[in-house]
Parts: sequence; C-alpha cells; structure tokens
Amino acid sequence: MKSAFKRFLLALAAAALSGVSVAQAETPKNTFVMAKDFSDIITLDPAEVFELSGGEIIANIYDRLMMFEPENLTKLVGGVAESYEVSGDGKSITFKIRPDLKFHSGNPVTAEDVAYSLQRVVKLNKTPAFIVTQFGWNKDNVDELVQVVDDNHVKVTITEEFSPVLVLNALSAGIASIVDKKLVTEHEKDGDMGYEWLKSNSAGSGAFVLKSWKANEVITMDAFPGYRHGEPAMKRVIVRHVAEPSAQRLLLEKGDVDMARNLTPDQIKGVADNAGIAIDNNPKGTTVYMAANASHPILGKPDVVQALRYLVDYKGMEDSFLAGQFVTHQAFWPSGLWAALDDNPYQLDVAKGKELLAKAGQPDGFSVRIDTLNAAPFMDIAQSVQSTLAKAGIKSEIVTSEGKTLWPMYRARKHELILARWSPDYVDPHSNADAFAHNPDNRLEAKLTGVLAWRNAWSDPAINDLAIRARNELDIDKREQLYLELQRKMQRTGPFVIMFQQNEQVARQKNVEGFVSGSNFDLVFYRNVTK
Amino acid sequence: MAESASARQLAAGPSASSAPLSILRAVAGVLSTLLLTFIGLTAITFVIGRVMPADPVLAIVGDRASQAVYDQVYQQMGLDRPIYEQYWRYLGQLVQGDLGTSIMTAQPVMDDILRFFPATLELATIATLLGIFLGIPMGVLAAVNHGRWPDHFVRIFGLLGYSVPVFWLGMVGLLIFYANLGWVAGPGRLDVFYNDIVTPVTGVILVDAAMDGEWDIFWNAMSHLILPASILGTFALAYIARMTRSFMLDQLNQEYVLTARVKGMSESRVIWRHAFRNVQVQLITIIGLTYASLLEGSVLTETVFSWPGIGQYITRSLFNADMNAVLGGTIVVGVCFVGINMFSDLLYKLVDPRAR
Repeated sequence: MKSAFKRFLLALAAAALSGVSVAQAETPKNTFVMAKDFSDIITLDPAEVFELSGGEIIANIYDRLMMFEPENLTKLVGGVAESYEVSGDGKSITFKIRPDLKFHSGNPVTAEDVAYSLQRVVKLNKTPAFIVTQFGWNKDNVDELVQVVDDNHVKVTITEEFSPVLVLNALSAGIASIVDKKLVTEHEKDGDMGYEWLKSNSAGSGAFVLKSWKANEVITMDAFPGYRHGEPAMKRVIVRHVAEPSAQRLLLEKGDVDMARNLTPDQIKGVADNAGIAIDNNPKGTTVYMAANASHPILGKPDVVQALRYLVDYKGMEDSFLAGQFVTHQAFWPSGLWAALDDNPYQLDVAKGKELLAKAGQPDGFSVRIDTLNAAPFMDIAQSVQSTLAKAGIKSEIVTSEGKTLWPMYRARKHELILARWSPDYVDPHSNADAFAHNPDNRLEAKLTGVLAWRNAWSDPAINDLAIRARNELDIDKREQLYLELQRKMQRTGPFVIMFQQNEQVARQKNVEGFVSGSNFDLVFYRNVTK
Repeated sequence: MAESASARQLAAGPSASSAPLSILRAVAGVLSTLLLTFIGLTAITFVIGRVMPADPVLAIVGDRASQAVYDQVYQQMGLDRPIYEQYWRYLGQLVQGDLGTSIMTAQPVMDDILRFFPATLELATIATLLGIFLGIPMGVLAAVNHGRWPDHFVRIFGLLGYSVPVFWLGMVGLLIFYANLGWVAGPGRLDVFYNDIVTPVTGVILVDAAMDGEWDIFWNAMSHLILPASILGTFALAYIARMTRSFMLDQLNQEYVLTARVKGMSESRVIWRHAFRNVQVQLITIIGLTYASLLEGSVLTETVFSWPGIGQYITRSLFNADMNAVLGGTIVVGVCFVGINMFSDLLYKLVDPRAR
C-alpha cells in the first residue's frame, strides 16, 4: 500500500518534470565511477565472501587459481596457475604456478601462497568453505591434501569421488582467490590467519588494489601497474553506494556516474531515450523459484506440485512487470552456462491444473500461505501467482518479510509455499544440483540447512543417485548428458516450480565500454573498461 | 523529594556547606537519571533484539551456511548463554567504552558512529537553524495577522510541509535543483573526487574542511548539503511555525496584552517584549524535540540523498539483526535526547525567572 503510494507520487514527480533536458557533467577520463547498492557487503575476505556485491569486488582484486577471464567467459583457464596436470585416477591435480607473478605488495606469488590460501579457507571454515570441504578436506588433513611440491608447483588431492572437471571449476570460485601469505601473516592476530584484517583490506594480485571500503558509502580501488594482463586503463574505480534507484538514474543522466547498476524497469525505459546512455543486457545465474514443503499434507503430493507448475502465468509476468529483468527459465541450472537445459515445458493452463488437483484428491483446491521477500520482483510475482492459483480454487495468503526473517523459517522447514531465489555458488552444475536435487539425509535432525531439497523435506533415491553419477563422471560429454537428464527429471518431480532467470540491465554512458558482467555473480570485471 | 533533601541538609550540619552540597546533589541527580535511562534503554533494546524473528547468525553466515558453520558462529557470538549473561557481558564491555563490532560494516561500532553521526549532525543542525530563523518569525506573523492572508499562507504552508512525504519532496528537489537547474550538487556528501582529502577531525565535513583551509571542499560539501538540509528544514520549519502561531495566538488573547495595548504601548513592543517572552519556554521545548528527532536521522531523506547518516545505519542494522550496531545507535540517540533535554532545562532557567 505504502509502496504503491510512493510509486504514484514518484510517477507524478517524474511526469511533472519530464521533457526537461539535463545538463551534463563529466567524470575524469581515467576514473570509472559506478552507482550501485552494495549494502549486502559484510566482508571482503575471500575466505568468507558469499554476498553478491562482495563477490564482484573481490573478483577485481584477487586472481584465482583457475579463472573465467572477461575475454572469454565460457572457457576455464589458469589464473594464478599456468597449467595443471590431472593424475591417472583423477584424484590429484598438480598446478604449475605462473613465474614472475607479483602481489600488489611486490611480494612474488609462489606455490606457498597458493597452498596457504586454500588451507586458510578450510581452517577458517566460513560459509563458502563447503565448496572445497566437499572434496574431503578438513582442518586436520588439509595440510597433507594441499601440498607444496616445489617453489612453483602445488598438488591438491581429493578423497571423495568427484569429477576433476568439477574440482577445477570449483577452484575458480572466490575461495580460490590467492592471498599474499607474507602480508596476511603480518596482520595476523591471535592466530586468526589475518581474518579481522582481511575483512576490509586486500592482499591480492588482481587488476585492482583495494584502497578503502566504507560501508554504506563508497569503495575505492586503484589500478595495479604490475598486473599480468597489463595495467587497466582506468586508474581508479569508485563504486558509490546509492540505495535509491531514482537517485542512481539522476546521477547517471547528470553525468556524475558512468554507470548505474540497479535501475528499475521503469527507469530503464526512461533512460533508453537518452542519446548519451546505452543499456546492456547481461543474463545472470540467479533463478526465481517457488518451492512446496513436502512435509505439508497437501503440498507433499506430487500431483499438487505438478498442478502448481501449470498455475503460474510465466509469460504474463514476463511481458508485464518483469519487463526484461527476468525471463522464463524452468530448469535449475541457468541458461547460458555449460549443461544448461533451455526447455520451458510449462505455461499457464488452469484446466490442466484443476485436472491434476482433482487427481490428487483436491478438486476444490485448498488454502495455503506463500512466504516471500519484501522486495521487487517477489511481491509482484507472489500476487500474480496468488491470482492464478485462485482460478483453480487455491486460496493463498501472501506473507512478506526481510531475508533475515524469512531464511530462518525456511531453514527450519516452517514454510508452506515459498517464493525465493538462488544463484550458483560456483560455475559447475553440481553447485545447483547439490542444492535442488541431491538430499542424502531427509531427517529433520540431519539439519542439511544449506540444501534446498532438504529444506523442503524432499528426497528421492533415484534422483540422488543420478546427481552423484553426474558429479563423478569423468567424461565431459557424458557428464553434460547426465545433467540434462537430471534437470528434465526435476522439471517433473520434486518440490520446485522454477520460474525465471535474472537478466541484469546495466545503464552506462555511451562512451564507457568494456564492462563485463558474466552469468555468475562473481564474474564481473572492471579491468577492460575504457572511456 | 523535597523533604528528603532538607533532611539531608540538616544532617549535613551548618548551612555554609549547603551550596556546594546542592551542586553535588544536582550532579548526582543528573548522573543517576542518566544511568537509569541508559540501563533501561540498553536493557529494552537488548531484549527486543533477542526476541526479534531476524536471526543475527544468518546475518553473518548467509542463508546457505551449513549447520556446522552456523553453530560455530552461534557460539562465538555467545548466543548459547542465557540472555542476562549476554547483557551483563555487553554492559561490562560498554563501561570500558567498547561497543563491539558491527556485522554489516566489519568495523567497531564506535568507529561507525563517529563516521555516520557527524553526517546526521551536520544535516540536522542546519535544518533546525532554518526552522528556527524562518519558522518563528512566520509563526509570529501569522498570529499577529490572524485570519488574514499571511495567516492563511503560513497555515497552508505548515500543513503542506508537514504532510508531503519527504522522499517525494527530496526527489522533486533533486530533479529541479540538481538535474535541471544544476544549482546544487547531487546525492552524497561530497563529489567522489574530494573523498579522503580532508583529515577527519570532527567528522563534520564543513568544519574539517574549514580547519584545513580546503575551501573548495567546503563549498562542495555545502552544495551537497543545502538541498537535503532545506528539505528536512521544511519540516522543522512547518512544525515550528505552526506551534509558534498557536502559542502566540494564546498569548495575544490574554488580558495582559489588552492592558499593554490600552496603555498605548507600541504594537511591536507588545508582540515581542510581552507576548513572545511568554512563549519562549514552550518554544524551547518544541525546538529541542525537533532537533532531537532530527538527530535520530531521517531514513528517507538519507536514502534519497545517499547520505551516510545514523538513521540509515540504525535501520539497516535493525533489519539485519546487527545488534551491536543497533545498541550503539540507540545509545547515541539516547545521549542526544538526554543532552538536549538538559540543555533545554538550562535554557528555561535563563529565560524564565520563575524556574530559577
């Protein structure tokens, strides 16, 4: 209610003043200024960063062991590693470190730093540590399993059955950022491996050096002259925290920023007419889905969930309020990435939905609660779903809350229907299969709270088996087929109604080029920006 | 209270020592009020923070953390202890001047407050000054011209100023004065290129820049400040003008005003020396309240103007269950209220002989 009123007033203000041209200012030639809401950042330590904005920032400060480079976002290449060799049994990989690499501090990048960085992630055991601890690494064995061979060789060994392709993909995630052991150790306090210090400082070898992160205000980075691909054209990058999208638009149109990252669909439409401004569309890995708690007496019936899949107006939403910022995508692995499934078999079909409900013994529908985030576009999507569910007799009540209130409930399996989002933790389909499909222990006391299937009290031995086989498969083409099969199966079974994939719309000054925003949250690069 | 005071005085013996004693007593009174206020304030905030549905552990580990990581942080934060023990520990740190570390900024809460509060202080002070220097004359003018056009103008202005949503006024202000006319600078406290040049001493950029002799920065900060301050000032102004008007109307209808007029005193003397003197005490209360509430920070204004103030800080911390930050912010707001109250009391004594 309040926000509708707010929107009305803003529209009124915009209408009153539209058509008046805006005088242009300009940012300095060698400085890239971006307006972005980065209120989610709580740390810049690569062993801990798991927030979208934080992942983006560290991608520009640290080089990782393996990387997807902005020049070709689909090809996994060596970052700090020059080359690698996989052992015959697929259980060990030996990385050769690039010679003559330097950290921002001037210290050389050695095998010692690489081993330390990976061991540090496991020993600190922060949220993203699971990306590598799933290989069988833990505090006690990681010093053995991640070993320095000589000055420029590191050998990593896994104890679980994992495809080496998956291991290499996982070592391109933020946790594989290589930190400057010497510098970090200088700032160590009470054996914390520099944790307190690295939260708001940097010790990397990436394209930019972190100058300062002031929460809620500004992040400043300077170009690293010794970067291995050469010094970036932009000598300084300034990210301004601007929470209000309308303010971002004004700053952009006025020329006080080179790029605005969080414009709403209306504002994108508004700036599209401006001759000096260009808009880029970047498909992102974030998916929006609805999940049904399988421990609910009605929602636990597979035919009911199947009915839900037919009771969502995908196209109607896409064509109206989603306005290009989300597109229909109905498989758990996002489009544009390796092994993605682009089939969208479902569309709104009330008759079919009713038929399935009748088959499930619910011909007159039922009442249900839909929990969701109190943010765009979730509230609008929930309302649309509410109205289409009603057509099949399902009465729903929408409850919106902040994430910090919503997630504890979801993790405790206390929801009925929930409308939420998910983005991959690293660029390998196992990342999402492990969340959506694979649930090895469905007991409440197992507390697999990071697993979406577990949160929805759903588990299927055949699906688990398929997910494991796909994870472990050594042959890359066979592996892709297995993931496609898994996604097709999950479209017909399981608790999820996967709806949309995000499409990021970035507005920039026309002269600003080379900004690369890849499909995953931590594949955003500033180093090729020119203006 | 009076009785016990005199009893103590008697016990203390000769009246010669009563003057320093009464000062001591006054100081002790103020201190005990302060202490009680803060114990109450922190205790209530603490309890609210613990019963809120938002989960402070998830604020740190994110919603995807495994249970092991979650449990580890839960224990590190001491949340497995009983709440009174947690509170006691917090108080223990507080008396040593340690407000803990904020989750959201990864910085000590004290550092955060020293960064965010001056931004709000700057804004609130200028807004209140605008309110005082424009609002009071407007209110008086309206009261004197009761029922005529200046009165209608002030009343309509007061109504609008008080009821138009601040984010809307802020956006319209930005559109006109920043985007179209270019008279003022846009959102933010400074142009980004001026960041980190002035050494922060007070945190109030205007003061720091002036002390460093960086006049470019001073004027840049001023041009960023003037619009949000005016917008907030409009609210202060509307409120102060409305209240001044009604207080003055009250006084102007009193018999002593009639007497003064009958005695042939000049109208301005009647208004300013007689009637206005009697509304001063009430005005001090109103102004004090206005200033204190502006010092809490205005979340909407701060958001529209990307102003890194205390209002945004507390709100965001609250949503994210960042309890150290919320408690720290609450204490600052408490200090402001108590401080301004005490200052108002002092002013009462200055302007009102009866209160001495």
